[in-house]
Amino acid sequence: MKSAMSKRKLKDTCGASAECISQVQKILRERFCHRPSATGKLFGIEFQYRHLLELLKRTTLHGESNSALIVGPRGSGKTTLLNHVLKDLREMKQVRGNLLEVHLNGLLQTSDKVALKEITRQLQLENVVGDKVFGSFAETLAFLLEALRKGDRTSSCPVLFVLDEFDLFVHHKNQTLLYNLFDISQSAQTPVTIIGLTCRQDILELLEKRVKSRFSHRQIYLMNSFDFKQYVKIFKEQLSLPAEFPDEPFAQKWNDNIQHLSEDKIVQDVLQNLFHHTKDLRSLYFLLMLAVSAVTVHHPLLTAADLQEASRQHGTDSKANIVHGLSVLEICLIIAMKHLNDVYDGEPFNFQMVYNEFQKFIQRKAHSMYNFEKPVVMKAFEHLLQLELVKPLERPSARAQREYLLMRLLLDNTQIMDALQVYPNCPTDVKQWAASSLSWL
Amino acid sequence: MSQNSFSLGIMNTRQQSKLIYSWYGKPMSSDRKLRTSQYKGIVITSESSRTETCIQLGDFILVEGVNADRPYVAQLLDLYEDGAQHKRAVVQWFCHIGEIPQNKRKLLKREISPQEVFFDQVLGYDTDIDAQTIIKSIMVIPLHPEEELPITLNKEQTFYVKQSWDGKCFKALSPDTFSKLKAKKKKGSTPDSSEPFIPSDILTPLKKETESVVRSATKPKNAESKHSVSKSSLAKERQSQRAANDIKTPTARKKLELSSPTRSKGRLLGSEVLDLLDDDRDAIAPLESAATKRKVTFTSDILGSPPKIPCSSDKSKSVSDTAEPCQRFSDTIRLSPYPKAKDFSEKAKNLHMEDDIIFLVGHQKPGTQSPVLTPRSRRTCAQRTSALIAQHISVLNQEDDLSSSDSSYSSSSEEEEEEEDVPCTPEKKTKSSRIFSTPKSSSKSSVHTPAKTPKKTPLPGTPKTPRNATPEIPRRSHAAQKPASVLEEARLRLHVSAVPESLPCREEEFQDIYNFVESKLIDGTGGCMYISGVPGTGKTATVHEVIRCLQQAAENDELPPFQLVEINGMKLTDPHQAYVQILELLTGQKVTATHAAVLLAKLFNTPGPKRKTTVLIVDELDLLWTRKQNVMYNLFDWPTQKHSKLIILAIANTMDLPERIMMNRVASRLGLTRMAFQPYTYKQLQHIISSRLKDVKAFEEDAIQLVSRKVAALSGDARRCLDICRRATEICEFAEPKRSPEIVGMAHVTEAIDEMFSSPYINAIRNASLHEQIFLKAILAEFRRAGVEEATVQQVYHQHMALCRIEGMQRPTVSEMMAICSRLGASRLLLLEASNKYLHMRVRLNLSQDDVMYALREE
Repeated sequence: MKSAMSKRKLKDTCGASAECISQVQKILRERFCHRPSATGKLFGIEFQYRHLLELLKRTTLHGESNSALIVGPRGSGKTTLLNHVLKDLREMKQVRGNLLEVHLNGLLQTSDKVALKEITRQLQLENVVGDKVFGSFAETLAFLLEALRKGDRTSSCPVLFVLDEFDLFVHHKNQTLLYNLFDISQSAQTPVTIIGLTCRQDILELLEKRVKSRFSHRQIYLMNSFDFKQYVKIFKEQLSLPAEFPDEPFAQKWNDNIQHLSEDKIVQDVLQNLFHHTKDLRSLYFLLMLAVSAVTVHHPLLTAADLQEASRQHGTDSKANIVHGLSVLEICLIIAMKHLNDVYDGEPFNFQMVYNEFQKFIQRKAHSMYNFEKPVVMKAFEHLLQLELVKPLERPSARAQREYLLMRLLLDNTQIMDALQVYPNCPTDVKQWAASSLSWL
Repeated sequence: MSQNSFSLGIMNTRQQSKLIYSWYGKPMSSDRKLRTSQYKGIVITSESSRTETCIQLGDFILVEGVNADRPYVAQLLDLYEDGAQHKRAVVQWFCHIGEIPQNKRKLLKREISPQEVFFDQVLGYDTDIDAQTIIKSIMVIPLHPEEELPITLNKEQTFYVKQSWDGKCFKALSPDTFSKLKAKKKKGSTPDSSEPFIPSDILTPLKKETESVVRSATKPKNAESKHSVSKSSLAKERQSQRAANDIKTPTARKKLELSSPTRSKGRLLGSEVLDLLDDDRDAIAPLESAATKRKVTFTSDILGSPPKIPCSSDKSKSVSDTAEPCQRFSDTIRLSPYPKAKDFSEKAKNLHMEDDIIFLVGHQKPGTQSPVLTPRSRRTCAQRTSALIAQHISVLNQEDDLSSSDSSYSSSSEEEEEEEDVPCTPEKKTKSSRIFSTPKSSSKSSVHTPAKTPKKTPLPGTPKTPRNATPEIPRRSHAAQKPASVLEEARLRLHVSAVPESLPCREEEFQDIYNFVESKLIDGTGGCMYISGVPGTGKTATVHEVIRCLQQAAENDELPPFQLVEINGMKLTDPHQAYVQILELLTGQKVTATHAAVLLAKLFNTPGPKRKTTVLIVDELDLLWTRKQNVMYNLFDWPTQKHSKLIILAIANTMDLPERIMMNRVASRLGLTRMAFQPYTYKQLQHIISSRLKDVKAFEEDAIQLVSRKVAALSGDARRCLDICRRATEICEFAEPKRSPEIVGMAHVTEAIDEMFSSPYINAIRNASLHEQIFLKAILAEFRRAGVEEATVQQVYHQHMALCRIEGMQRPTVSEMMAICSRLGASRLLLLEASNKYLHMRVRLNLSQDDVMYALREE
């Protein structure tokens, strides 16, 4: 019935032009890729939004110094929230030209020295010539502190410091940068507001005690606290085409289809499954991205099958995928290792043990398997090593013989069995050998 | 300027050659009781140069000061040897303009030349000094207030006094003093040593030679022939010269800087030639007159053969045919020994008649204006504008030489920082000459040349050199809003940065610190105090308050004046930078850490007259820890020196810091004067909040008490307390049911406290996805099974699958499991090993099992 319905839709919309489809692809892909942009919508963080906006407004309007941390797991919308607030702030009349922004990222500014140079550069202080900052680390610090000390609440332009990946700044020597920033925010100098973004919940424990004392302890938590209903709503809104889409009838049709999809049982199952795994919206966008890629001129509307397929791709096990491409000999070696794991309860093994196990199987059970030479088996084993299905305990050294290096298997039993289920043309005796744990002995 | 550099030269030579001080003649009288004997003069013998100078009572002298560049001026009143056989001297001080507080300088309502000094009537200063701090004799000439400063040529050695300074205001010299000084001047002008005006005691061999050059150069044109060679060799030579010479005696070449228009005479001292040529190069470089430049070069070994010292006599010839002769003329208007001054100016006048070229000889001829005359920038100016020059210079083919010499400029000492910058650009020539010709600016000058170095802002579009950058944040475009409501007003007052009029609840500590510093100030001794306490207990605030009160007292003359230096361990990039900052705050010098350490040690370890007490606040002391602890050692060693007059207030947040991290010798020097700031009690916190709020009625009394009790129980950190209150006002502002008088109540405060102190973990777990929660459950199950609080992902995975089976859920693949695991690891609910171990990665909980169970059970 499902396919009949989609077929009918397909007939209806065959008129959709290629241009139209590429438009759709473009709009949706941009939406899914450029996440931290301020163009999207905020979901379920209105309270945090208001808190942050008020905070920054007070900084700009009253020159009040503040510090705050935005804490939340990855993909919970920390940067999006901040960008939204900043965008709205910039549009206010009293604020325009009244706020200097300094953006730092813990992944880029890996030491205080680099960070200070970057701050001076972004503030365009007078020791900046062109794009270069002159002076040693000590000079830059003294200069910057002097500059910030000279200002006062009422006359200086407030400075907003945004520290992305805040937790990485904590590891800088002595936390000098953080101390100084927080110290400025707690003394009558240039008004500053320090916003740190981090995904670590234990961030406060990382701050040194005097740094911690100077931090105002304002924390804005983003928790992905929405439920499944909201999740489906997000799904719907993210897939819908905007009203200003050029081809209006098509947009109407597309949006109707999305509405149908969101009520579809299969789609709901797919979403529910994903929602159970993670509430991170990024993975939802990734799933939708895969699904949207299936849209073509001949297949202009998204179907539940598309989503199902995307979900399947999204959820596949990467290691099990590798196992599909192995030769029968390599599969046999893996099964031998699995048995060794079972027998010795996860203790490491070496090639010789695996080879012996394999020999036993060949001699007693195998009917279809060819008895390979030891070097050939060795070669297969090394291939597994390269694929990182097997991992040596220590780095291979020149002294130790390769046959006796201790190894571990990086596959779980369930993964092996699953892979064997779908492995094409697997000999029956190999399958039996894999299934029979200790009975063949 | 020239005077500064001159005296620095002296200092350096003093350091190098040992000076012996001995009495001149027999004791005039002696006091048996005090066991002192008085003398009428002192002889200073220099070992290296084997010269001796005699200084007699009544002579004017230079005395070593805090800042090596700026010796004090004084009149010698008495010389005696005390019971311990120390040679002592009693002096009458004169003070430089630099010693007068900035805000009082305005009282003068006129420009003060560095050559002018003031008769010092400030009480407070010790007039009894160690005779060994005497550097040499100089001239001090009293002038009537309306008299203009005569232009003299011997700037380093002649000072003028017009007014007296008593610490509050300037007065004209009393006739009595005036005549006394006058008499002394006459007497002083009949020198008693063989070298009339260049005191031999300060001469190094180099100076000796330069001196002889002066003499030999008086014969006209004797060195004229010694020029040739190109500009590049000049630059090289100059550089090698510097390398050989300057590092040791960086100011030697600046030393003999006199002024006189001596074009034809070519009276240049060897070291000065360098100077001139430097200037020359700076001036000419942008002018594309390479041809002339070539003429103004020199060869010859300056140090080796004095008679061959090159002079710029070539200039006299080239002058008339160069495009911009002015530049070099002003160069030459620079030096000549004092006695010749008169006839030089006369000669200059003659020249002025004969040639078409006019020299400005100071303001004696204020009307003289020259269209071709450009005041010379000092070499130091050049250094500041090297970037500008470098730009213009690209038209010349000598970039290499110049840039290399530029770099050597910038490495030279920085005491000339206060100079105005003079970009040597072609287009500024006319302008600067205009400025120069105004009589006012020429009368203002007098440091190096009669000409005032013109002030000019860098040309638009050219990059500013960072050297003279002013640290400043742009101003805001709209005015900051005033607090509109009661809550906003309260918030403003509750901000930690708001400085209260008084610090409540720290009265005792305040009094202790105040008494300590006050007693040391009055005694004129030094000492250390160690102040400890957990963060947010008001250590730094109290110390600042004490200092503010002391400064107030010092201003009202209740206490001797003192100098405040403050450093913060956290604001230093390296413990050794402490030296640099202290020195910079004390004297304004900017030097490297090692050099600063040497200078500071010298400063505090040697007796210095007129030295004010220094109060040094060292915040975050524990950050100054180094492995050898030499920074701490030095800091605490200085106050124990006899003459240092240094009071140190060391602040840190651990009580047992001296015992814990300091070596015995450091801890011993720190002494036992300690003070511990206890965390605030809830009553104190309550008092602090109420005193800040004063009459602003924004909080319920109970609310304040709740906050205080909560914070006192946790940390006693006043900052935390204020932050909570501030947050509570915000919550109140946005509370839904608006009450007519907006007042912060218990509910708001409780919410603020919860927001700040509640553990984020519980909330994070409750908001995690289903599988993430199951994963945590699986971890708990695995821990319980194994009895160890650590498990591999593989083990947890098996548990996880079992749990999924029970719940009837689809089991996740290993990849999905790893993703869940790393997500939990990123928010630090879990602690993970490196992820390349994959299934064998070990997992631990970052919070207690009970917390996890509590968080999961709720649902």
